[in-house]
Amino acid sequence: MATLESKVPPGPLADKWRKHKADIKLVNPANKRKYEIIVVGAGLAGSSAASSLADLGYKVKSFVFHDSPRRAHSIAAQGGINAAKNYQNDGDSVHRLFYDTIKGGDYRSREANVHRLAEVSVNIIDQCVAQGVPFAREYGGLLANRSFGGAQVSRTFYARGQTGQQLLLGAYSALMRTVGQGTVELHTQSEMLDLVVVGGQAKGIIVRDLVTGAIERHAADAVILATGGYGNVFNLSTYARGSNATAIWRAYKRGACLANPCYTQIHPTCIPVSGEYQSKLTLMSESLRNDGRIWVPKKKEDSGKAPGSIPEGERDYYLERMYPAFGNLCPRDIASRAAKRVCDEGRGVGTSGLGVYLDFSDAINRLGENSVRERYGNLFDIYHEITAESAYQQPMRIFPAVHYTMGGLWVDYNLMSNVPGLFVLGEANFSDHGANRLGASALMQGLADGYFVIPYTIGDYLAGQKPGSRPSVDAPEFKAAEENVRSMTSHFLGIKGKQPVSHFHKRLGKIMWELCGMARTKAGLERALREIPALREEFWASVNVPGSAADLNQSLEQAGRVADFIELGELLCRDALTREESCGGHFREEHQHPDGECKRDDEKFGHVAAWEYQGKDQVPLRNTEALNYESVKMSVRNYK
Amino acid sequence: MSAATTTKNFSVTLRVWRQAGTKQAGRFVEYAAKDLDPNMSFLEMLDVVNDELTLKGDEPIAFAHDCREGICGTCSCTINGKPHGPGKGIATCQLYMRSFREGDLITVEPFRAEAFPVVKDLVTDRSAFDKIQQAGGFITARAGSAPEANAAPVPKPDADLAMDAATCIGCGACVAACKNASAMLFVAAKVSHLGLLPQGQAERDRRVLAMAHTMDELGFGNCTNQYECSAACPKLISHDFIARMNRDYLTASVRSVFKVESASSGGGAG
Repeated sequence: MATLESKVPPGPLADKWRKHKADIKLVNPANKRKYEIIVVGAGLAGSSAASSLADLGYKVKSFVFHDSPRRAHSIAAQGGINAAKNYQNDGDSVHRLFYDTIKGGDYRSREANVHRLAEVSVNIIDQCVAQGVPFAREYGGLLANRSFGGAQVSRTFYARGQTGQQLLLGAYSALMRTVGQGTVELHTQSEMLDLVVVGGQAKGIIVRDLVTGAIERHAADAVILATGGYGNVFNLSTYARGSNATAIWRAYKRGACLANPCYTQIHPTCIPVSGEYQSKLTLMSESLRNDGRIWVPKKKEDSGKAPGSIPEGERDYYLERMYPAFGNLCPRDIASRAAKRVCDEGRGVGTSGLGVYLDFSDAINRLGENSVRERYGNLFDIYHEITAESAYQQPMRIFPAVHYTMGGLWVDYNLMSNVPGLFVLGEANFSDHGANRLGASALMQGLADGYFVIPYTIGDYLAGQKPGSRPSVDAPEFKAAEENVRSMTSHFLGIKGKQPVSHFHKRLGKIMWELCGMARTKAGLERALREIPALREEFWASVNVPGSAADLNQSLEQAGRVADFIELGELLCRDALTREESCGGHFREEHQHPDGECKRDDEKFGHVAAWEYQGKDQVPLRNTEALNYESVKMSVRNYK
Repeated sequence: MSAATTTKNFSVTLRVWRQAGTKQAGRFVEYAAKDLDPNMSFLEMLDVVNDELTLKGDEPIAFAHDCREGICGTCSCTINGKPHGPGKGIATCQLYMRSFREGDLITVEPFRAEAFPVVKDLVTDRSAFDKIQQAGGFITARAGSAPEANAAPVPKPDADLAMDAATCIGCGACVAACKNASAMLFVAAKVSHLGLLPQGQAERDRRVLAMAHTMDELGFGNCTNQYECSAACPKLISHDFIARMNRDYLTASVRSVFKVESASSGGGAG
């Protein structure tokens, strides 16, 4: 059984991080260059970690499966990044950001981690501005803000609808600077396919060069995974097609616990599915809910009519009606479920009936079309490209889609997993967002982890490792891990079955969305737990992976990722079945209040579930970490 | 792009560049793409063709793609002679089949440029762009060293213009569209983005010189002011930035001749 020691420092909540920084061990500057650190992934968390650690003097190797670190999917985040700057003089503070995030996460995140996140949020904005991130500004030249869901203050910093792009290019520029200086060794188109554990500690990785097919061994004193979330287990999502869970899944199979996999975020405002061929769902930023109003017809019979022909009195602005205090800006899990409910009632719009309107006509009347264009023009353009409809002239049709995963590898306060030497940052870990993430908090967490947490906490581990003690790549553990990768690769190519990889990914996605999506039931999850293992058998018997292992082979890459998604999907459903309560993005129909809101069970489930691999075909072990709230009181989330 | 005029499914013929590796010779191969929904994206159409090829025992067409929402800059097909195909201000992944008609012959090639060697089929190696960024596409600001964000106001027009330049997705369409395979628009966008901001001034001269020299060394051509780059750019980045960069480059070159440097740049007490 894994030891899950949170290592949350003692003392008052607001002093913990400051005190911890003063107490943890340091590595002296002359010794730093003797340590090598592997960073896998180069999104916000990975790029910021790699460059910050290199600037401290460590030797860093950065691995990405993309052809450039700038392609990582952080690039696609649209809306913004939260920070408790209180530039708007509207009553914001570190405590309020902390509290909103804890409440938004439905009291399932670790209190001390979230407080630290809120504390360093202000440093992130300073850091990004210093790097040249062109945030939106007011006419006086100072930084502008907007509002996001789950908050009653304006604390979101943004760069048009491309905030993730600008933040990532900032972190990427720092990474390129350190690569140019020779302090980071960059390996692009290199996919991590195994974690190497030596003497119980993470000491290296096995990667495949995606262009030449070469399998390489890399040793290090510590390994950092910043490889993002696992939302593509649903196949259709707002993730990039390449986003995958292989790095965290292979680490799981080497002993790292996977925490709360059932906490998945369904984003309320995405462009609806249009056909079987669909490969991707596109997000329409939450920022649109600042000015857009969500509605469906009051009467079922009106759902097929043109929106303009439905008079004001016949429209149901259901979020404003149900949640008057937060209105259209209620949190994502709540907005998504409300959309599902009105569509289940037959009031959904569009040809599939799986859609609701997001209407800007009030905003256009109030502000003028030009102001709306200035705020959201690029999003309206994207909408037009995909649907051939103009949101200036008619409401957008939107529907919820998988967008983010709050679950991830278990980490302690130092962001180290239960495998010593393995650190996990950003979306790949589990700690900060509980059961639901608030908008504009993912960018905040990625950069907090990379710029301001790991540079301190990794020293505490490395100070206990003798300089120069990292194992050689000739160690038997490396050989065994490489063999593992090679045999998997040759197995895939040898099956020569009847179906392409995409066939299985689509089928997995359908099972996950239907039985483990916005609403989950015991019977449905049990069915999923029968169907997924059957799908796995079929996959390994009849997948067709053409080509060879010795060059660029996209089918082979995809086969490995889908094989892992199938296994992860099973664990996700198992976690959802075991968690007999509703919280945040995890909604069990058996556990709801009479008004349809989540009914938590703090007594039985006020804990983190961290699953531990027990071997092939064995039921994994469910470890728990109790969530102790010292500062806030767990209460029923109320946005009314 | 024009609005959907048809909702009926249709068929086209693809003429696709196939090349097994950087050193092998390539050639065009024709494939039928049948029963296409006009609401499909171009890349989804390639997905469908690839699944059919796989089932027939052929090797699927390798193509670069990731976010499929026009922001990561990975996708990079030249379609009917145009980088990212017909349509203005879009990446390949934002092209929809409603732009084509029954019976069309669609030629699909990789981005062509000496500095972007073909890796396989439609996939090219654009790591030269990373190398240019490494030479100077940054503001040196170690984590922890930044001053308070609102300490230096930035006039809104400057911030907006910097953002216009910063929207570059690094796809390389500008290079592929240029008859000289010049990377001027790409470099100018980065130089202008950082040079327009007060925090970018300290390294402004060094940045433009280093990035321009690296661009030349990597085999990109010169700019002859045809502005095909801006026309092909999925973010419609203006060629005015090239003029801005040329001014910066000239100023920096002159200043570097007359620059007086401190004799003691390092060292310390104690």
